[in-house]
Amino acid sequence: MTMPNTLMTKLTHTMPSRSEVEDFLFYEAALLDEWRLDDWLGLLTEDASYRVPPNDTPQGDHRDTLFTVADDIRRIRARVTRLKDRNAHAEYPLSRTRRMIANVRLLPMTGALPDNELEVLSNYVVYRFRREERIREYVGQYRHRLRIVDGQLRIAARTVLIDAHELGSLGSVSFIL
Amino acid sequence: MNDRMPYPPLESSITTNQQPMVVNQPEALNFQVHRRTLVDPAILELEQRRIFDVCWLYAGHESEVPNPGDFKTRVVCGRPIILCRGDDGKVRVFLNSCRHRGAIVAREAEGNTRSFFCFYHGWSYDRAGKLDGVPGVSSYPSSFRQEDYALAQPPRVDGYRGFIFINFDAQAMDLIDYLAGATEYIDLIIDQSPSGQMEIIRGVQEYDIRANWKLLVENSFDDYHLLTTHSTWLDYMRNSGVEMKRPERGHLLPAHGIGKPLGNGHAVIDNVNFRGRPVAKWIPIYGEEAKPEIERIRAELVARLGEARATRVADTNRNLVIFPNLVINDGSAVTVRSFQPDGAGGMKVRAWAMGPKDETAQARAIRLDAFLTFYGPGGFATPDDVEALEMVQMGLATWREVPWSVMTRGMEKQGEQLNTDELHLRSFWLQWDKLMQGAKPGQ
Repeated sequence: MTMPNTLMTKLTHTMPSRSEVEDFLFYEAALLDEWRLDDWLGLLTEDASYRVPPNDTPQGDHRDTLFTVADDIRRIRARVTRLKDRNAHAEYPLSRTRRMIANVRLLPMTGALPDNELEVLSNYVVYRFRREERIREYVGQYRHRLRIVDGQLRIAARTVLIDAHELGSLGSVSFIL
Repeated sequence: MNDRMPYPPLESSITTNQQPMVVNQPEALNFQVHRRTLVDPAILELEQRRIFDVCWLYAGHESEVPNPGDFKTRVVCGRPIILCRGDDGKVRVFLNSCRHRGAIVAREAEGNTRSFFCFYHGWSYDRAGKLDGVPGVSSYPSSFRQEDYALAQPPRVDGYRGFIFINFDAQAMDLIDYLAGATEYIDLIIDQSPSGQMEIIRGVQEYDIRANWKLLVENSFDDYHLLTTHSTWLDYMRNSGVEMKRPERGHLLPAHGIGKPLGNGHAVIDNVNFRGRPVAKWIPIYGEEAKPEIERIRAELVARLGEARATRVADTNRNLVIFPNLVINDGSAVTVRSFQPDGAGGMKVRAWAMGPKDETAQARAIRLDAFLTFYGPGGFATPDDVEALEMVQMGLATWREVPWSVMTRGMEKQGEQLNTDELHLRSFWLQWDKLMQGAKPGQ
């Protein structure tokens, strides 16, 4: 897959347009679906986080609420190292995933974020297939905090809300959701 | 009223077949479990009656409903229940079913309420379960006594140090006797807290496993699987700078640990810690900034409990199984896990983190971070356990051709058994077998 424009050329204006952000999110989705995890790591800032809050407390804070995933950048890298090891049994053989991203919204700048950051909400459906198992459908919302670094979009924080009342039949979140 | 079933009693597949399901021959150094026990729906049906209906079952923890009117709903042994704190401060357990036609009266997972209201015909109950509203009550004849229709409660409800258990057998032995040697290990967990108060932390982890519930019992305190199932977790620890000694002679793991039966089918593995503990053993994964807080917690432990007890609390980690389906692992952090069978080949797991009520915000954050290094559906270890159990269940489809699982590790040893031996697994299965034959716990 070729790199989208946002990654090839520097942003020439202060804030990206929605279609530039969409290109970026679609590119991230493609990297994850293709299990190009090292390339995906390259999209993250040095202080990035990846969090999946619990289904019963989606607005919780990972410092006082038990999350499903609450990774800082060190743990994200360790997670990728683990997933690339064939002894990560839950993902060997690898799940096949296919992500659909829609309803992308750039939140208005409120002054709560630095000038070079923006918050983006999107809806996702991730279909996951493993062996002969039934399809697992993860449905919810991505919350990306994007930062412009050297004229390029980078992910400073990515929070994944799951709409299901309980994870239940979705089982584990052993891949990167 | 006659409450005898008008149908023939359940057939015992154990006795009708005249075939033992658990073979225990100490002299022959033989112990085998029949794989049918993990796949046969008739076995599960019998387990529901002979195990889950007569054993003390974990319903929840007092800290989950801190204020009057706070409630949680969940399913225990197939029954929907409500855990609710009353105006008198007492935590009660109700069967979540209207006394009129049986509908669920608390439809939310949790909340705070003045009353439980059944919207079907409008009956309502107060926080103590009393029926205090019946629309059109004047149409009921004089035989109807409103006070007879309070929300029902399980026949027995009791608690130990905040853990609430229920029992559907009115004649069951008392909880404290049932727990037997497990109380020592619950006490060890509680001793982490300066005030003696532990609490369930917000955020439940729920996941299904397509495997028989007893496989998770085994897995929860089976350290034999650690090296191969969790090699990526061990690598993560090592790569993060956690010191891993070469196993001593006869050992598989970096630190010594034992497996020990505790009576009534409960058992524990009790290990010298190498994996770090929020209370209170620092490892590099926690980060340099966490060091002073862990040292402070350690100093408080020593001051309060003395050096020996503090070492016991802080430098060992323990996985405790309380028969039949409660697991309290005091490992990378404290997790309370209970699971309900969902067919013979499935289960629903709920897991919570537990911590001292009075720990600092920083200590709480360290604890939750440590929890996620290993546990839960997004952790670095639990998903591989889930995978292992599902692989077992798939393989068990061959049970007619390969009927037995060998469970003899450690059988030839005198005295102490390792955490990678199987004495503690055998003690679970022996209790299971005894109850399935018709005995009650304690008999």
